[in-house]
Amino acid sequence: MEKHLFLAGHTACYGCGEALGARLVVDAAGPNIITTDATGCLEVFSSRWPQSAWAVPFIHSLFENSAAVASGIEVALRAMGRQEEAKVIAQGGDGGTADIGLQCLSGMLERGHDVLYVCYDNEAYMNTGVQRSGLTPYDSDTRTSPFGRASWGNRYRKKDMPAIAAAHGAPYIATASVAYPKDLQAKVKKALNIVGPKYLQVHVPCPLGWKSDPALTIKVAKLAVETGLYPIFEMENGVVTKVRKISSPKPVTEYLKLQGRFAHLFKKSGGEEEIKKIQQIADENIRKYGLLSETAAAKVSAEKE
Amino acid sequence: MVRTFMEGSKAVAEVIKLCRPNVIAAYPITPQTHISEELAQMVANGELKAEYVTVESEFAAASVVLGASATGARTYTATSSQGLLLMTEVLFSISGMRLPVVMTCANRAVSSPINIWNDQQDSISVRDAGWIQLYAEDIQEASDLQIQAFRIAEHPEVILPVMACMDGFILTHAYEPVDLIEQEEADAFLPPYQPQYYLTPKNPITFGAMLGPESYMESRCQLDRALRGSAKIIEEVAQEFKKRFGRFQGALIDTYFIEDAEIVLVAMGSVISTIKEAIDLLRAEGTKVGLLKVRCFRPFPREAINRALVGAKEVLVLDRAFSPSSGGVLTTEVRAAFQGMERAPEIKGHIVGLGGREMNIETILNIVKDRRAVGREDRFVDLKEALLS
Amino acid sequence: MKVILGGLAQPATSLANNTGTWRNFRPVYLQKACIDCKMCTIVCPEGCVYRVSEKKFTFNANYCKGCGMCAEECPVDDIEMIMEEK
Ligand SMILES: Cc1ncc(C[n+]2csc(CCOP(=O)(O)OP(=O)(O)O)c2C)c(N)n1
Ligand code: SF4
Ligand code: SF4
Ligand code: SF4
Ligand SMILES: [Mg+2]
Repeated sequence: MEKHLFLAGHTACYGCGEALGARLVVDAAGPNIITTDATGCLEVFSSRWPQSAWAVPFIHSLFENSAAVASGIEVALRAMGRQEEAKVIAQGGDGGTADIGLQCLSGMLERGHDVLYVCYDNEAYMNTGVQRSGLTPYDSDTRTSPFGRASWGNRYRKKDMPAIAAAHGAPYIATASVAYPKDLQAKVKKALNIVGPKYLQVHVPCPLGWKSDPALTIKVAKLAVETGLYPIFEMENGVVTKVRKISSPKPVTEYLKLQGRFAHLFKKSGGEEEIKKIQQIADENIRKYGLLSETAAAKVSAEKE
Repeated sequence: MVRTFMEGSKAVAEVIKLCRPNVIAAYPITPQTHISEELAQMVANGELKAEYVTVESEFAAASVVLGASATGARTYTATSSQGLLLMTEVLFSISGMRLPVVMTCANRAVSSPINIWNDQQDSISVRDAGWIQLYAEDIQEASDLQIQAFRIAEHPEVILPVMACMDGFILTHAYEPVDLIEQEEADAFLPPYQPQYYLTPKNPITFGAMLGPESYMESRCQLDRALRGSAKIIEEVAQEFKKRFGRFQGALIDTYFIEDAEIVLVAMGSVISTIKEAIDLLRAEGTKVGLLKVRCFRPFPREAINRALVGAKEVLVLDRAFSPSSGGVLTTEVRAAFQGMERAPEIKGHIVGLGGREMNIETILNIVKDRRAVGREDRFVDLKEALLS
Repeated sequence: MKVILGGLAQPATSLANNTGTWRNFRPVYLQKACIDCKMCTIVCPEGCVYRVSEKKFTFNANYCKGCGMCAEECPVDDIEMIMEEK
């Protein structure tokens, strides 16, 4: 087999985007790292005693303290003159990052710890059976934001975590997706060469929670980007420096229809209106981050005239 | 050895400095604050070469020292009351991963109602967290406890976190002459921490794995055994400290006039000094009264307590924390220590001094003189009836 | 196996867990049209795909869960999914 630092034998579901994301991250980082992780799917499927899928030093403590544990590791290395020994990577799910762990993450970013924080964004609390989080998208059907006669699903839009990280003055912030492994790995490498706190949010489909075909994990992730629903960008010192351009944005329906968590939007009358709102979110992202490639932009303006 | 007149918090901070911690993380809360402020100043002055992490909460403070300790660093934190309870989840994680973190708990009442004054409800409420808990009687002991705490925590047969408890305000904010040891003496007593396992790419071990029904119980049992086993080391360390520095204020327990005592008072913390004064008066009157100081609450020194109390007729336990509807916690545990024994003294519980309610010699004298049979129901001492009904 | 310090786990030991038994479908690496793009090795969530030789890739049946991602992403359809025979 190929040499990896996150190994087979882990117990993630078929086609798990988070397992793929974690492997791509540590493989890119190399062996000289120390990693932390929050409670969540990744921790459970990778470290069931007496086995561990990690070939790099790894510590899991609680759901909400991955960033603080990583802060402690970083200062300990510095205090003992061992900072050359390893770079520190903190990991967490979207819930462990954007909700319950936000305070510890804020502290880590504010104090300027030399840590790369990676959020594996599968857009809900998957480990506990698919409940909504602050990063669950609008109208998504989860166990705590269920679709029902009086509800279209999750009522809120995704929390803008990169902006929150940026407000702390973190020198490097990026989003990535398992759909673009090379880009993801390049960002990990780049981040590890920047001193200070870094925030990387990786879109990782969860076939179980999204009710999507495990074989389509990469396809689904790609469509999130190609529709504009998941903008891929880099921010350096507070300024967006690079975005993954879209040559011709796909309608959001192409993305939504592959996932059971949005199936109700296609079944119940009135769903079209909801889909329009989701399309607006994508359009807003496209404008805000300037996602259209030059040819696509030219086409759009020609159509308008 | 230098004797200096100083505040309790300053004395503790001075000893922590002598212990050369690599990483300190703490968050302000009355009455702990002076300790972490002193340490911050020492780091700012360059007197103390440690990473001082200005965390955003006690939860983070505990998590930072957890991460640092797992990386092989010597770590320290301090807190009180709400701060300690905010740490609760992390306390279990630290002991479960067997990390020798040292903490000073400046004991304070717990909200609500909010009350910043002293009792011991905070540390007693986390008695099941798997930490060693030691209680100081005065400022000298509070400062001596700190260095002993590191020795115990890092002992290869222990590897457990230690909470050194001192009563808030009464010990943290009072001034007393304190004997401080010199740096060379401290270094000789407390060599650098050498962990067997720590986070490093040289041996990329996994900490904090999930243990299922097939192994979790064994992990918990090991924690229990380690905590029980630490009793021996706590005694050894107290004895060695005595040999080197001539000071001994008990190991697991300490006693005062207990040999022929018919009545024995049992307590923890700063009230011990008051009790000793009361005993002097009572002895002068001919009352055969003595004292059992519980210095170590976890591991609970069951045998030592049995032995010390076996001759007593009446045992009067003073509790600064209680379990609502069940009674004083120390009382409950002292009673349990005699469970199934043929000869057991009569044990009476007294809940005293909650939220800083004054306890003076009179309070103790009254408890001894007014030894009503209270049976299983523990008694709140000095209640103000007018406020109750 | 003794529990050490609350439950330390040794690195890279998950390999003892043969997740291949989960498989309902199995990939067949046809090794005909392969263009050596390595996409299959990159996207496999188990990290169990490897290169045998030039333009020849295969998977480790001890771990492959049969998710079908490699087959889906192979740009030249050189991987097929078939029912696992049990
Ligand atoms: C303090 C606390 N609250 C709740 C839980 C239960 N819990 C464990 S993991 C989890 C959700 C994890 O979601 P996320 O961070 O998104 O990670 P994922 O499993 O989706 O990868 C929850 C709610 C917990 N372990 N600790
Ligand atoms: S529930 Fe989702 S995130 Fe969790 S292991 Fe399964 S696919 Fe992965
Ligand atoms: S089917 Fe899935 S698990 Fe099996 S080799 Fe292909 S990608 Fe890997
Ligand atoms: S994805 Fe297909 S073409 Fe690419 S290396 Fe694998 S088998 Fe060959
Ligand atoms: Mg999640």
